[in-house]
Amino acid sequence: MNEGGKIRVLLAKPGLDGHDRGVKVVALALRNAGMEVIYLGRHKTPKEIVEAAIQEDVNVIGLSNLSGSYKELFPKVARLLKKNGVENVRVIGGGIILDDDIAALEKLGMKIFPIGSRTDEIIEYIRKCVRDQGAS
Amino acid sequence: MLKVVDRALQGDRISLAKLITLVENDPVEARKVISAINSLTGKAHIIGLTGPTGAGKSSLINGLISELRNRKKSIGVIAIDPTSPFSGGAFLGDRIRMPIASLDKGVFIRSMGSRGRLGGLSRAASDVIKLFDACGKDIVLVETAGAGQSDVEISKMADTVMVMTTPEGGDDIQIAKAGIMEIGDIFIVNKADCGDADSRVYEIRMMVHSLPKRDISWEPEVIKTMALNNIGLNDLCNIIENHYKFLKETNLLFEKRKMRKRSELLDTFKEIAVECVVHRMNEKQRFDLLIEKVMNNELDIYSAVNQLISVLQGNQW
Repeated sequence: MNEGGKIRVLLAKPGLDGHDRGVKVVALALRNAGMEVIYLGRHKTPKEIVEAAIQEDVNVIGLSNLSGSYKELFPKVARLLKKNGVENVRVIGGGIILDDDIAALEKLGMKIFPIGSRTDEIIEYIRKCVRDQGAS
Repeated sequence: MLKVVDRALQGDRISLAKLITLVENDPVEARKVISAINSLTGKAHIIGLTGPTGAGKSSLINGLISELRNRKKSIGVIAIDPTSPFSGGAFLGDRIRMPIASLDKGVFIRSMGSRGRLGGLSRAASDVIKLFDACGKDIVLVETAGAGQSDVEISKMADTVMVMTTPEGGDDIQIAKAGIMEIGDIFIVNKADCGDADSRVYEIRMMVHSLPKRDISWEPEVIKTMALNNIGLNDLCNIIENHYKFLKETNLLFEKRKMRKRSELLDTFKEIAVECVVHRMNEKQRFDLLIEKVMNNELDIYSAVNQLISVLQGNQW
């Protein structure tokens, strides 16, 4: 539905984790790449994130976590999206994510950009996702 | 599309969100959507909130939502932030201040980029107001992007206009300046615990008393708030309700909305007429030709416009 429009991305930090430097760098990079970024901030529950994603009709949800609780929280967001009937929204994750966990999370359909990732990789990936969404 | 409209009207939030995206992205589809819901609009109380960046508009809306929910009102919020004129992107950071309603189904918040529109609004804002209205929201709150002295557009869109300032936003000379300080039905001095809020209230009252009475006898109210601490918000809600009651009892609501329809009609006509002419001219590459004639002084600007008007009328030239 967003074809011809702007790419909309919701960025949030789920759980008890105050490290928001990285997610803010990503937010500005996406803004500078012409996207509309809704920044939800820290200490959000998966329910709050999914409700905001519904109301904002975003193409992509970006989750940042540097406290290890991603194993629990990232999949919960994905499950809640499904439960609420939200289709065509891609979840990407970033932060300190262990190698073994990256594979597990990506198996669930997410894409992970751990620390050290370049912002232009993230931008390119999001653009590709939205192109694919438009085609489907 | 009409199925999505039906689902949105029945309260489906995903469908409402998709419709908002549609009216934002596609002006042609937007016209179909609005024409489908038009008969259901006109019931909501539309409240605008404007003021400089960092004054606390979003935080105030967070507090207002909680007060209005206590009064059993359903709410739609449009939170506008600027779109970059360079990248076309936007950092929409209003919602982060409004966590109070994050799981409340009676509140729907939508962040919008201004997408080239000036005055703190966005092109699709008036259509999104109509969508919220048709979907049964009692109150639609429109938060402008951070506004400056000349940003008075919101007064054409809202029934009740709230102008926010802070104690540290300058002296009485700033308040005496024309523009944004003339449009408030309610003036809010937020962050009342910082600086000399009482002087600011006094200065605004002085200025307000000097205004010619536009709205029969509504005297703009001036109130102090501390949005983050929920101080002054109950009183603010009472004032908002009083103003709406006043508008209805004096028939001013009707008059205001008539004025609004008038300017909306003219604005929309301009937009579509220009679109239509440019489209017809471009089909035959005539637009560039016309510009060339103006450049070479073969045609003055008014004669060129006359040619555009005859294109709009469908005449050959």
